[in-house]
Amino acid sequence: MALKGAIVVDTEKCKGCGICESNCPTKTIGISTEVNGKGYPFAYMANPDACTGCTNCATVCPDSVITVYRVKI
Amino acid sequence: MDIKDIIKPENKVYGKSPVLTDNIMHYCPGCSHGTVHKLIAEVIDEMGIQDKTIGISPVGCSVFAYNYLDIDWQQAAHGRAPALATATKRLCPDKYVFTYQGDGDLASIGTAEIIHACNRGENIVVIFINNAIYGMTGGQMAPTTLLGQVTATTPYGRRADLNGFPLKITELIAQLEGTCYVTRQSVQNAASARKTKKAIRKAFENSAMNKGTSFVEVVCTCNSNWKLSPVKANQWMVENMFPFYPLGDMKDR
Amino acid sequence: MAEKILMKGNEAIARAAIHCGCDGYFGYPITPQSEVMETLMEEMPWETTGMVVLQAESETSSINMLYGGASCGKRVMTSSSSPGISLMCEGISYLAGAELPCLVVNVVRGGPGLGTIQPGQGDYFQMVKGGGHGDYKCIVLAPASAQDMYDFVSKAFDLAFKYRTPAIILSDGVIGQMMEKVEMSEQKPRWTDEEIKKNSPWACTGKTNDRKQNIITSLALDAAVHEKLNERLQAKYKKMEEEDVLFDSYMTEDAEHLLVAYGSMSRICQSVVETARENGIKLGLLRPITLFPFANKEIDRLVPQLKSIMSVELSAGQMVEDVRLVVNGRIPVNFYGRLGGIVPSPEEVYEAFVKSIK
Repeated sequence: MALKGAIVVDTEKCKGCGICESNCPTKTIGISTEVNGKGYPFAYMANPDACTGCTNCATVCPDSVITVYRVKI
Repeated sequence: MDIKDIIKPENKVYGKSPVLTDNIMHYCPGCSHGTVHKLIAEVIDEMGIQDKTIGISPVGCSVFAYNYLDIDWQQAAHGRAPALATATKRLCPDKYVFTYQGDGDLASIGTAEIIHACNRGENIVVIFINNAIYGMTGGQMAPTTLLGQVTATTPYGRRADLNGFPLKITELIAQLEGTCYVTRQSVQNAASARKTKKAIRKAFENSAMNKGTSFVEVVCTCNSNWKLSPVKANQWMVENMFPFYPLGDMKDR
Repeated sequence: MAEKILMKGNEAIARAAIHCGCDGYFGYPITPQSEVMETLMEEMPWETTGMVVLQAESETSSINMLYGGASCGKRVMTSSSSPGISLMCEGISYLAGAELPCLVVNVVRGGPGLGTIQPGQGDYFQMVKGGGHGDYKCIVLAPASAQDMYDFVSKAFDLAFKYRTPAIILSDGVIGQMMEKVEMSEQKPRWTDEEIKKNSPWACTGKTNDRKQNIITSLALDAAVHEKLNERLQAKYKKMEEEDVLFDSYMTEDAEHLLVAYGSMSRICQSVVETARENGIKLGLLRPITLFPFANKEIDRLVPQLKSIMSVELSAGQMVEDVRLVVNGRIPVNFYGRLGGIVPSPEEVYEAFVKSIK
């Protein structure tokens, strides 16, 4: 049985600090080149297929902008 | 499997705690304060004590903690949070009372208040954020600044002969009879954040059992004033702070 | 009528605190007021009313304990003397800024610095004009007897909660240490949690789903918001001046000369008035009971009938400045005071008064 995950980032509240990216064990997360309304780049799923929904990114996110979803397949 | 099929309410495994408000935090990108706020919020939510918790915010960057945790708050004068917490807990013994203090607030100007509150064994929780620098005022030397560390008031690095030694206040606190639980944690990765959350939970549970003061230090970064990126700041903390401020429980009884 | 019991002024403060249903006392020993906490510790009110009494590690902590307790809507108090009050002034400013009610008793000794343990009135400026940083004032009540010490505790709490601001009892070593008969009131219960929620809906009682979070703070970085806060404070002070000025008059109806004195000095001045009357001089006494708000209107009302005023204080001349502000040059305002903890005799004051009108 494998785990398949996905994250949703509240991009307007994300400050693009990159701590989620550095903590992602599957290198799912990247930091955008575009910026949000506050001028910050933001986290996104650069490699969505790799996400296992482990929640590490959301656990370390200082701004609590990441929601994690996970299914068993 | 399509992402749309995964992102459904029934598949949600982690999200923002309902005890956190919707306000955008004023902290710099990557600041550890937000992570610790979140962990406290999760503990309050999981213990179901939102209506019984009173927070006391310090002077420093986290002065505005009250904007982010949806509980009743008192904002203290610099260093005095443990005095506020003492009276609050003694007058409202059914409440969970915690202070949230930085290193300047707790270990410099507020040294007398924290030592005596802990020594009296007040049934409160102390969350101590140690990032070895003054954040809000712009990166001056803190009592916990490491030897050699460059700050706005130690531009050539902290020197023992000029500036004295970094203060291991948590080790001091652990010696006091009034404390029941003294621990040093961190939040640079998911594993450490989960451990810190467990420590915070234990601290809150201790306070309900009237065991004395629970003191949770969290070694943190201040990437803006350290002049590093958030990720590099975490690395610097692991390499430089952890050897001097080793993680783990100092007391648990 | 209840039995009168002989006690020190400081003891009266402690007993009044228990009887009026005070929730907590936090203090630090300092002469000449240590009997307040000593009496409380002897009485053990935590066994009866549930009142908390705690000896703090410093005056700084004591006043910040008041901030914590007051934030929860509790009726909390401390007592100290001049050097200790100086340490508390940071906290009093925060309490005023966060609009928290509490009671601070200052049993004044001679200053500056460590000064002397003998009585003084040299803290008038500090207490009446604010004391800490920023634009704030506290309600200041000046007792002149042990009975006043007793009665003013309950009165001060009422005013503090009416205005959500710190109230001060500005006493001195004479009133604190002297023994007099005091008539005490019946024990009142402390406020219940429900009463606190009703009386102080702003207090930290735990955030429930039916209301927004309560935040106790004096911080407002937005200039417009901060100006509004300050304007609200100033409006309160104005209201106090309209509604809560207290003073005593003694033979002022036909007075041609007036002594103004508060606290222990007002009692000495009463004898001075009597001596003057025996000698055919129409002298009266105005004793301000609230030093802020001050008896401006009463002094103003009396000025047209007066030839002179003399302010008598255990200081180098502090309240006299407020008297002069009201009189505004219309008649001479003289001053007599002793320093260093020396309390003048009525004869000495009378002599100074006679000299002042020659």
